[in-house]
Amino acid sequence: MLQNLYKLVLVPLFLVIVGVVIVIYTVNNPTDGLVARMLTYDNVIRALREHLMLMLVSMIGAITVGVLVGIMLSRPSLYYLGRGVENVVNVGQTIPSLAILALFFTWLGLGFRVAVFALFLYSILPILRNTFAGITSVDDSIIESAKGMGLNQFRILTRIELPLAFPIIIAGIRTAIVINVGAATLATFIGGGGFGDLIVTGLSVRRDMVIVTGAGLAALTAIILDYVIGQIEIRVVKWT
Amino acid sequence: MIKLDNVTKKFPGMKIPAVKDLNLEVKEGDVCVLVGPSGCGKTTTMKMINRIHEPTEGKIYIKGEDALKMNPINLRLDIGYVIQEIGLFPHMTIEENVATVPNEKKWPKDKTDKKVDEMMTLVGLDPKIYRKRYPSALSGGQRQRVGVARAMVSDPPIMLMDEPFGAVDPITRARLQNEFLRIQERIEKTIVFVTHDIDEAIKMGDTIAVMREGKLIQHATPGDLLSAPADDFVADLVGRNRSIKRLHLIRIREILDDVNRIKPAPEDMPLDDVKKRIEDSDIRSVIVVDRDNKLKGIIGVNDLKRKTGEVAGDYCQKISDSVTDDATLNDALSVMLEMGEGYVAVVNEDDQYAGTITLGDLLNVVKEDN
Repeated sequence: MLQNLYKLVLVPLFLVIVGVVIVIYTVNNPTDGLVARMLTYDNVIRALREHLMLMLVSMIGAITVGVLVGIMLSRPSLYYLGRGVENVVNVGQTIPSLAILALFFTWLGLGFRVAVFALFLYSILPILRNTFAGITSVDDSIIESAKGMGLNQFRILTRIELPLAFPIIIAGIRTAIVINVGAATLATFIGGGGFGDLIVTGLSVRRDMVIVTGAGLAALTAIILDYVIGQIEIRVVKWT
Repeated sequence: MIKLDNVTKKFPGMKIPAVKDLNLEVKEGDVCVLVGPSGCGKTTTMKMINRIHEPTEGKIYIKGEDALKMNPINLRLDIGYVIQEIGLFPHMTIEENVATVPNEKKWPKDKTDKKVDEMMTLVGLDPKIYRKRYPSALSGGQRQRVGVARAMVSDPPIMLMDEPFGAVDPITRARLQNEFLRIQERIEKTIVFVTHDIDEAIKMGDTIAVMREGKLIQHATPGDLLSAPADDFVADLVGRNRSIKRLHLIRIREILDDVNRIKPAPEDMPLDDVKKRIEDSDIRSVIVVDRDNKLKGIIGVNDLKRKTGEVAGDYCQKISDSVTDDATLNDALSVMLEMGEGYVAVVNEDDQYAGTITLGDLLNVVKEDN
């Protein structure tokens, strides 16, 4: 019980406190006037809010679409299509995130929505691939015995395939989140906001403190989210 | 109960049908064993009964009803199904695994619970210990038991079993077979049982259907199959040492009354009486039992040369293995060979001493048959 409390609450809390300490320290000890103007509580909180919104909206969309499409492609009738899609996805994953953002900028223009849409597309890939791989890797004998006992297709999916694929799907979501946090810092280039604003402006005026604050907070966000999802997974999957 | 009428199954893309013009009838309460080399269509035949595979031609009747016109889901819910790989659901506890069909049938919780307990006890798994465990924490033999319990939990009149005891070591397999036969004696299900092992077929089957290249060669009782094989293929399959195979057909308790053996010595029997008994015994030794008539050990002539005590219990040597009285003579033979002894002690269901079988007894049985 105590260990659960420690792992589920205290560790994330500690990471949050680290973030807060960084912000308080840098806001109160600016190296010069320029830094002081950039690193105000208002600016940092706005960057955090934008960053979280970018991630949250794009991730919710990516999980929904990625899992649903992954399930669809794993159905026997679409299985061969699924193999093809898996290959396309693997190739898509090798395109740098900056290139993706640039591509969407030339197509859809500037703004938060365009950034969300690009992040969404980029995050779908690992989730879709893992959902498909997770479901299709369920042992045939398990499916056959379920079918033989009288479970219909839908019940087999919800009671057998999805629970068994869950750890693999979660792994895909974790990968997507880490990629997403990193890629979201690039949203600033097409006017999407987020921690990228701090990093990029810090770079352009050569103020290390601003860069480090932005980069540090982005990294902390990734670590916290990844950790929390990992803990949820351990608690849900008891059978291994 | 089950009737296959001119059934043919041709898989798409295959030139030769997997099963061709097969006629087979299984009577209620019978165990029908489908046996043959791999690729002979035995598994395909079995899987057409619950429509995992749909026949290309022909009809299948279950209790006189056309199975091909029934809703496949309902059909399967009433047919117990055990496959070779067992197919336990690794993410569910044993209790959830066994309760699969009751949950599909939406039984009330207390009825399911009671039945799960009952089935687990029946297959020899203590519900108190195993209910909440996951399949990964079980041995191969225990998983097989769960597989059987899961298939029988809703009391289906028909069971389909595809090499259900295939994935365990020979000793565990013999034990599971015996337990299963004991259970079957009580519940009398109609069972279609697939195996490639003719010894298992002879032991388990009320009737045996020998298949080759998708065709049914012979469908007969084990006795008839051994004495009158339909052709060379069947004769080859049952093998030349048919008299040895007959040992599979006879249970120990059937001959136990006929073999007149020296009574066992209670553990507190004085030494002089023990000596006398050993001299009268045809195996030059005597079994020692404790107060509950449970097996304690054996005293041979040579053991008496050590002078360390007064009564039988002080001298006796542990016996490494015994057989139950519902095992076959073949099981008895393999235990003897394993121990390197010419005898084996027999115990009954309650683990009490029931008698002793020797190699000579087995020879007599084989001789009588010829």
